[in-house]
Amino acid sequence: MKRILSILIENKPGALARVVGLFHQRGYNIETLNVGPVFDGSYSRMTVTTRGTENDVEQITKQINKIIDVIKVSDLTEGDHHEYEFIMIKFKRSEKIQKILKSLNGKIHEKNNDAMVMSAWGSSSDIEVAIKSIGKVNLLEIARSGSIGLHEGEKVLKI
Amino acid sequence: MKLSGGDLLMRALKDEGVKFIFGYPGGAALHIYDSIFKQKAFEHILVRHEQGATHAADGYSRATGKPGVALVTSGPGATNAITGLATAYMDSIPLIVISGQVQSHLIGTDSFQETDMIGISRPIVKHSFIVQNTQDIPRIVQEAFHIATTGRPGPVVIDIPKDKTDPSNLYEYKRAKEISLRSYQPRIFPHPGQIKKACKKILSSERPVIYAGGGVILGNAHKELVSLNKLLKAPVTNTLMGLGAYPAKDKYFMGMLGMHGTYQANMAMHNADVIIAIGARFDDRITNTPSMFAPNAKIVHVDVDPASISKIINADIPIVGQVKESLAALIKEIKRSKIKIDSEALDNWNLQISKWREKHGLDHDLYLSKIKSAMIAPQVVVQELYHATQGNAFVTSDVGQHQMFVAQYYHFNKPRRWINSGGLGTMGFGLPAAMGVKLAFPKHEVVCVTGEGSIQMCIQELSTCLQYNLPIKIININNEALGMVRQWQDMNYGGRHSASTYSDSLPDFVKLAESYGHIGMKVTKQSQLKKTLEKAFSMKDRLVFIDVYVDPNEHVYPMLVAPNGSMKDMWITKNTKA
Ligand SMILES: Cc1ncc(C[n+]2csc(CCOP(=O)(O)OP(=O)(O)O)c2C)c(N)n1
Ligand SMILES: [Mg+2]
Repeated sequence: MKRILSILIENKPGALARVVGLFHQRGYNIETLNVGPVFDGSYSRMTVTTRGTENDVEQITKQINKIIDVIKVSDLTEGDHHEYEFIMIKFKRSEKIQKILKSLNGKIHEKNNDAMVMSAWGSSSDIEVAIKSIGKVNLLEIARSGSIGLHEGEKVLKI
Repeated sequence: MKLSGGDLLMRALKDEGVKFIFGYPGGAALHIYDSIFKQKAFEHILVRHEQGATHAADGYSRATGKPGVALVTSGPGATNAITGLATAYMDSIPLIVISGQVQSHLIGTDSFQETDMIGISRPIVKHSFIVQNTQDIPRIVQEAFHIATTGRPGPVVIDIPKDKTDPSNLYEYKRAKEISLRSYQPRIFPHPGQIKKACKKILSSERPVIYAGGGVILGNAHKELVSLNKLLKAPVTNTLMGLGAYPAKDKYFMGMLGMHGTYQANMAMHNADVIIAIGARFDDRITNTPSMFAPNAKIVHVDVDPASISKIINADIPIVGQVKESLAALIKEIKRSKIKIDSEALDNWNLQISKWREKHGLDHDLYLSKIKSAMIAPQVVVQELYHATQGNAFVTSDVGQHQMFVAQYYHFNKPRRWINSGGLGTMGFGLPAAMGVKLAFPKHEVVCVTGEGSIQMCIQELSTCLQYNLPIKIININNEALGMVRQWQDMNYGGRHSASTYSDSLPDFVKLAESYGHIGMKVTKQSQLKKTLEKAFSMKDRLVFIDVYVDPNEHVYPMLVAPNGSMKDMWITKNTKA
């Protein structure tokens, strides 16, 4: 089952590597990864998506929590949550791709005779579907932000 | 007064109460070494290989309960410390490794003796620091000691680029009154609700077993463990790391459990209805096949590390907290509880365990029956050692059959007396660890029981022992082979001894010990064993290396049947399965 883990870590050198390294070390996979400083910039919020059973996720959450630089870990998938992913795509001008991206809050950033740069965002399952249907034809390059998300309702993850 | 980075480090270590530093100098650590030269708070012990420094600091820590400190230079010095870090990490030992690093502006340029110490040590440390500002050194040292020694202890690396200890840059020394890290607050007290549940479960059991591990020793909770069992009167087993946590002479003690555990301990685990796991982590050397583990047992699991709970075996009642505080709470609750344990059922259970012990228990009088045998049995060496030291020695060990024989036959009645690399199984640990112990306890007998394979992995430390006059007794159980490897080859590979023997190329250990300035003794006959040990132990101020040639065909039994076995499936002798 897919899991979205939100992790608050100290914004210190090497902190990110400790979290990322741990997944490999303990035999878990990272599907997507996003990180950036938040609030006063003294700490960062990471969002990691991974796959595993209930037990796997319990273990990985506990292990992440043990990392000294980790302040808090929360499994968004445990309850209702919002989750989105942002992508940017450069492609040879194609009505089809343009249309797919338009349906996902698409925005044009650059347009010239042969190519276009567009961005789009949506739930990661919508993004997956879109990427599949875009296929390879006319696609030049693609960048994904990885999932980010928040708990629904009153629940917040902060220090 | 303002101090250089090196002097700040000295002050900080002094304020942590450090008495010994085990180290080896080199370019990136030279400013630090100059500061060491000028201070008097602690003694620096010059080892002969950085692995020795880490194991010695580790041994010091295991024996004293205080953190051990090692100092190495960058590059090869740092990489030589890796095995010691991993050893300490696996056994949760508070070890501080300070490594010199190349100058900050050279980092990342493949400069001379540059290694990314933070990177290569990352998976085997509890935490690590790289010094970016000299004035942070006191804070970093304080945090490092705090992290290493609290919660589930573990090793911490402090990597210091050479420019941060430059003697021409001076800073004020500041020490915080208290350390508090927002991202690190290990739990101390257990949840009262869990204690209540555990108490109820334990007191309504008929076949309880206490399974206590190294966490009891690390958490200084051996007294609480004994008090707990004064109330319960349940059979107790210790893991390899837990030996000494519960007194071996106690009538409820069943010996070690697991791979080479006693028949009664393994049978008790398999047939228990409640297992009280305390500071133990259900290692694969204990459980055998996890899906076949203790099929009828409910598990109460006490541990300071929540990640150890339900990792391998699901805990029915998890208790997260320091072992000492958790046991104290449990004792209180049991005393207060109205439930009385079914003493008839418990008597029957203890009787059953005696029957198992009689049937296939270890023969602790082997030294009597083997007195006339031609070859020396390795088990008898341990028994004679036990008698020669009245069971009071600190015993360090290496890895292999000899290690298991000590665990089985030397009765540890006190915690911190049995010092071995359980988790990583590091050959080469025993001698340097014994140095750390001997420095901490100069008046006590410190014995390293090793094998002719293992001892050669850190043999160079004999030179350190001479320099600092460390009269350790080394008992080399010489079976002329990598005995444990050969045992597996005998059992699983049709007796094909691939790369496990070298009898025609062993050194003359007596001469070797003598060339290092020590005393060497060789024993080949059973009749010489006792006298030689007595003679060696009478030489109080000399290191004696006793090379004991033993029966090379001995195996360690019991041994759990694997794969696809449970804890009740054991080899009892070469040809019999129980
Ligand atoms: C550094 C290291 N390398 C390899 C091993 C694998 N190993 C485990 S026991 C053993 C044999 C040890 O031989 P010896 O020290 O003579 O002890 P014996 O089993 O003969 O008592 C080996 C090679 C290990 N534990 N550590
Ligand atoms: Mg051997």
